[in-house]
Amino acid sequence: MTSTQLFNFTTIAYFACMVLFIIYLATRGKTVALIANICAWVGLLIHTGAIGVRWWETYQIPGGEGHAPLSNLYESVVFFSWTIVLIYVLIDLKYKQRAVGAFVIPFAFLGMIWAQLQLNDAIEPLVPALQSNWLTYHVITCFLGYAAFAVACGVSIMYLIKHGKEENNADGSPAGGLLAVFPSVKILDDINYKAIMIGFPLLTLGIITGAAWANYAWGTYWSWDPKETWSLIVWFIYAAFLHARFTRGWVGRKAAWLSVFGFVATIFCYLGVNLVLSGLHSYGGG
Amino acid sequence: MGAQERSFVGHIWDFFCSLKLAITTLILLAVTSIIGTVLPQTATEQENLQHFGETKFKIFQALDFFDMYHSWWFLALLSLFAINLTCCSIKRLPRIWKIVNNPVLTPDDTLYRTFSNFEEHLSASPASEIKEQMQRFLSKNFAAPKVTEADGKVHFFAQKMPWARFSVYVTHLSILIIFIGAIIGTVAGYKAFVNIPEGSSADKVWPRGGNQQLDLGFEVFCDRFEVEFYEGGRRPKEFVSDLRVIDNGKEVLAKTIQVNDPLTYKGITFYQSSYGPMGDPQFSFKVTHRASGETVTLSTRQGQLAELPGGKAFRVADFTESFQNFGPAARLEVLPGLVHQHQPGESHPSFVVLKAFPEFDARRGGEYIFSLLDLKQRYYTGLQVAKDPGVWVVWTGCFLLVAGCMSAFFLSHRRVWLTMQEVDGKTGIKVGGSAHRNQPGFEIFFDEFKAKLKAELET
Repeated sequence: MTSTQLFNFTTIAYFACMVLFIIYLATRGKTVALIANICAWVGLLIHTGAIGVRWWETYQIPGGEGHAPLSNLYESVVFFSWTIVLIYVLIDLKYKQRAVGAFVIPFAFLGMIWAQLQLNDAIEPLVPALQSNWLTYHVITCFLGYAAFAVACGVSIMYLIKHGKEENNADGSPAGGLLAVFPSVKILDDINYKAIMIGFPLLTLGIITGAAWANYAWGTYWSWDPKETWSLIVWFIYAAFLHARFTRGWVGRKAAWLSVFGFVATIFCYLGVNLVLSGLHSYGGG
Repeated sequence: MGAQERSFVGHIWDFFCSLKLAITTLILLAVTSIIGTVLPQTATEQENLQHFGETKFKIFQALDFFDMYHSWWFLALLSLFAINLTCCSIKRLPRIWKIVNNPVLTPDDTLYRTFSNFEEHLSASPASEIKEQMQRFLSKNFAAPKVTEADGKVHFFAQKMPWARFSVYVTHLSILIIFIGAIIGTVAGYKAFVNIPEGSSADKVWPRGGNQQLDLGFEVFCDRFEVEFYEGGRRPKEFVSDLRVIDNGKEVLAKTIQVNDPLTYKGITFYQSSYGPMGDPQFSFKVTHRASGETVTLSTRQGQLAELPGGKAFRVADFTESFQNFGPAARLEVLPGLVHQHQPGESHPSFVVLKAFPEFDARRGGEYIFSLLDLKQRYYTGLQVAKDPGVWVVWTGCFLLVAGCMSAFFLSHRRVWLTMQEVDGKTGIKVGGSAHRNQPGFEIFFDEFKAKLKAELET
């Protein structure tokens, strides 16, 4: 069983999971939601196995000395999808709000399908600059942070949909139909905040481990490289979000929009910088 | 003292303390930072002029967009951020200190009216009966309360994690510490580079952005440099330098450095950054003259003609460390003699010899059989040199930032007040609560708390 095959199974599992969650929104069937959740768990397990197999495969290539599979664009996208499902599963354990799956799992599925169909999954041995344990710490903390922001974004989209519908209901009653199984706006707002509260320290750690690594490798912990600067931009945006909660009028809708906007900036930081701008992280995109 | 207009200084102080300023500054910092990621920051003036044309170049240059992170306006924005942080903390800390150390123990009705988390009950039992019950209820479902009896009422006050209120000040302080560390590094440190040829040494380095060489105060020798490539390509697998530090004539430190593993001496750190070829490589060949059977060993440099047994000569025209999958290789030319005039239209045998396959050339069937014994390329090692006395201040700030953040988010100061009052032999109960963080989460807790209290009072 190769890692490629396992990643393909993972993609299928996430696709099934996504479809089932959408069916759940329509039918409100508790069983459907349960099966969808099981798909997510099973998918996550296969996914973990796939990453493990790929790690083993890095030892098998000629000249390969083995490295954590976090060293190129393909591996990072696959890992990002893994972290998204992981954070979803943790949030689900706490809140048990299955409708959230319909808005979070699609991110993971999109990542996997893009990786499997479009990205180069060749295993290349690492250049000297990447041969360091800092690679592992830096990539893991950054992506766990990004994944938390993805969940916050998904939940914020749900908030904006539900809040918009409820505003239109003249008597202010909770929305029905597809939105019936959505959690209340209060809970959506809470999950949004909680997810960012998890993501922000992780992003901070990600930036700091990146700076520490840069200091060990090149003697400069900060050089305003586009990747570094964009990660700081994302940090500023979420710091503004966190402070905005203490100003009247910035809870609810405005907070949801800021969360969505922050995730757009996160995706630009992750992919836009590598693919569109140039700098030290261009090799990380190859 | 009558109604006084807020003085000018008062207005300035309010401005620097405002939360709105904090949010605005953060968003401004985010947006302006984008400029530096799309406009090149390290290009030369000529490059920028060529790329943008005269008008745009003049505008961008005037606004300092080509080095924006060191520009006066960006540094001003960062300073504004720092001042805002400081003022906010100075303004709010005394009140927080009071809340933590002198909590309100006897809340009145006006305080209860301020709570969004609030409920009132009427219990049939007299206050004396349910006092202990309430105390136990609070201890079990929240925290052990302080009981205060005053004005005929019984007040319960319970709180969790009051010191959590200080974590935000630790976080803000950590940012200031990071700034201070960065300033120390800029003022008292430097970044430089130096190239040391294999076998030689350096005692001066070239600072970035400067023309004057900097004296190290000691000497760094590079005894050996080695680069290893991955099979079948030019991708470097590893490159290392054996460095030795001589201070005052004595060897004080020796270390083999590689990327991600530098050498530090007297606060100055040397990072393996790059390398390059130094001079021409030295080749050594074993040559057999087919006709006479004579075998010689020859050394030569690239382009240099060497005499062969039998009168002809050869030279190395080209070489590579890695020829396709076959390792080091040299392309040779055999010429009629050491001194030779090249005629137009003339061609000479030219072929490739591989170091890893010494028997390969015999199959060519040429007059001579060549084996490439060795290919010695001398290198220089490219080192980044940095001195940064502020770096540990920055790491301390970073640690406090993460610790402060996590503490500020996950630890919330929560307070619950409960007041019992005799009302015609029954007991009126007011309960209210607040959390300084994550109010929606506390609301969810308080909803459950209210339900439990209702159930408790009905038993």
